[in-house]
This record gives sequence, structure tokens and C-alpha cells, in this order.
Amino acid sequence: MKLREIIETLQATIVVNSHDQEMAVELACGSDLMSDVLSRLKPDALLLTGLITPQSVYTAEMADVRVVCYVRGKKPEAETVRLAEERGLVLLSTTLPMYESCGRLYRKGLKGVSET
Amino acid sequence: MKDSNVNGTLQIARTQEMIYELRVQQAMTKQVITVEPENTMADVSRVLGENRHSGMPVMKGEEMVGIVSVEDLVRSFREGNSSQPVKQWMSKNVTTLYADEPLVHAVQKFERHGYGRFPVIDRKTKRLVGILTKVDIIRCLLQHLEIDFQDLEIRRYIPREWFSELDCDRATLSLRYHIDGANFEKAGEVSSKLKRNLQTLGLAPDVVRRIAIASFEAELNLVIFTEGGELAARVEPGRVTVTVVDNGPGIPDVELAMQPGYSTAPDWVRELGFGAGMGLPNIKNCTNELKLESKVGEGTKLQFTVFT
Repeated sequence: MKLREIIETLQATIVVNSHDQEMAVELACGSDLMSDVLSRLKPDALLLTGLITPQSVYTAEMADVRVVCYVRGKKPEAETVRLAEERGLVLLSTTLPMYESCGRLYRKGLKGVSET
Repeated sequence: MKDSNVNGTLQIARTQEMIYELRVQQAMTKQVITVEPENTMADVSRVLGENRHSGMPVMKGEEMVGIVSVEDLVRSFREGNSSQPVKQWMSKNVTTLYADEPLVHAVQKFERHGYGRFPVIDRKTKRLVGILTKVDIIRCLLQHLEIDFQDLEIRRYIPREWFSELDCDRATLSLRYHIDGANFEKAGEVSSKLKRNLQTLGLAPDVVRRIAIASFEAELNLVIFTEGGELAARVEPGRVTVTVVDNGPGIPDVELAMQPGYSTAPDWVRELGFGAGMGLPNIKNCTNELKLESKVGEGTKLQFTVFT
């Protein structure tokens, strides 16, 4: 799925925009627990999370994830934004809760970690 | 200069390779703007103008019955009037592409027919699934070239090579970092620096990723549970070994700590998205060798190795 389609599907606002919106995202993972994310997440995935601390960006960086979307209308902290800009990540924010965000993307064909 | 020429040739060859490897569905635009046969040419003019397109499929329900382009529009304005229906002016013989065809077929079709766009259909269902223009192809190729180029840049310096140029029997590079305890604000900074250094050294992306995840988990353990300590990465031919040492409090039951889901993390750590009891199991999964020594009241030494 293209980044543009993810933004449309989640009606997300772009907080940090470091990539072309035509960029392909192959799979997604939703969790507030970063160790769960690190144990399962594959490169080039989308991370959906409610965690807005700098560790969300560090987690993405370690796992080679380029797009993070904060759910439930959360806006990342200033330090989180700075780190993401420095590392060339894309940060999005959606007002949708976690379950609905995942559901909408899954319905549109974005796969999960166990399917890729 | 010689190098850049070599790279230039490589890039062109790579583009040629790519159009054989990539499929139409990877390049096409999935959201297709369409019109119905009963719509007027005035509608076509407006929709094309609004979307800055030069043509679009004509759909009767789920079935594609034709394609209408700017050329048809001009012809209708010259020879008819704008209130006439699309079905009167559209081209009925539509040349399509299958979504799973290699991109090279699309390139050949563009050359052969001179059309601006091709509707893309699913091979089994024959339903319209997208539309492909030359711009879509260029964009897709550029994206994949960029990804390739990044991989190439990362692989440019191979540590084995410059290690082997050093005049000694065995070369080792050591990177040391201090980790502050209880400073959650900075938790992750050390692993981030280490990761970028390993990338600079030209280690394979997968190797770098595994070392980075393991180091990040180890760094967080120090931040959460200890007064701080030191992380040292030793890079040598064939392997990277990371040693993380702290001065306490120590782990009472190492075997239990290694079990997935076992955690002694306080609530404030859980609220920050950590402490799910996956730290040490994660480190184990990412590494080839793992050694954990701990004495309560003295400290912990964690050492892991990733083969490169």
C-alpha cells in the first residue's frame, strides 16, 4: 500500500514528512508495547502506536521502520518530532482509535507480520 | 570520475533489469477516476480538467465499456456538441494490461500504440483494478532506484576490506558508550549511535538491524533497572560482539528473567511502552551467541554476538 493511501484511509495528519507519498509500505503492526514491536516487526513496515515518547522513534529506527502513525489523536512530543526529522522518518497522527485504524488498513489489504 | 561512470552504467542496466522484475500492479495508480457511458462530454471535460488527466475508462457498473481521452473530447467539440453522451465518442476497443504482467510489457505497449494510459485489469476476474501512465512507470522506477542506491551506499565500505588492508594479524575495532541509568529521555540514544556507526562500517542491513534491536533492549534494561553502565561493541572480521556491563542491582534468577513475558518492571516503565518481559528474549532471538552473568548486589554482564 502506498503511503498516500494510508494517509487517506486513516484520515491522518502528517506531522513529519520525510518521504514521497508514493512510498510503498508492505505491512503494518499495531502495539503500545515496544518490545513486542521489536520482536515481531519487519523492515519497511508501518508502526501504529499510542506511545508518543522518543522511544517510539528509536524503536522504529532500530527495526528499520520508516513510518509511525500515532492513534487516538495523540500528538508526539517535541523531542520525538526532532528525532524523527533527524532520522528521515514519517510521522502521522490519526484521531481513530487503535482497533479501527488497524481494521481499516487491513480491510484495504495491508498485511500483518504473520502474513508476510 | 571513473567510479561515477561505472555507477552510471550500472544504474541504466539496473533500470532495464527492473522493468523485467517489477509488475504492472507495483507501478499503477489504484484509484481510478471513471465516467459512465450516459455522462456528457461536458462532464468529461470537467472531470479531466479537475483531475489534470488526459483520459479515463468508461464504466457501466463493474464493466469497462470503453475509454475516453482528450483527443475524443476535442473531436466531439469540433464535430458535435458537449451535451452528447460519452458512449457516442469513446473508443470501444480498449487495450488493457494485466496487473501481474511485467512492466516491460507495458513499456512495449506504450511504444507500440502511442496511447497515454492503459487500464489495468485482474487476469482472473477481468475487473478494472488500476490505471497506468508513463508517469506512473517513471515514478515506480525512481523509487526502486532510490532503494537500490541506498543499499549500494550502505554496502560501499566493506569492513573486511579495510580491515584486511591494515598490516596486522587480526584487526579489531572497539566502540564504547556510557549509558545513564534512570534517564528515560535519552533511552535509545546509544543504540541509535551504534546503529549508524555500524551502517557506516558497511555491515549488511540485516546484521545491523539485529545488533541494533538487541543493543536497544539492553540499553533500556540499564536505564530501567540500574544506575547506568557501559556498552561496548567489538567489530572484527566475521562477528560483532556487544558487551553491556552495569554495577547492580543484579538479577536474582537469570533463568526466569530469560522467559518471555516475565518482568519485574515498575508501572511507570510499562506506561512508557516497555517492561513487557520481552527484552532478554528479544536479545536472544536477534543474536547468535548470548552470555548473561549476574550477581545480586554486584551487577550484570551481558554479552552477545552476531555473526556478520
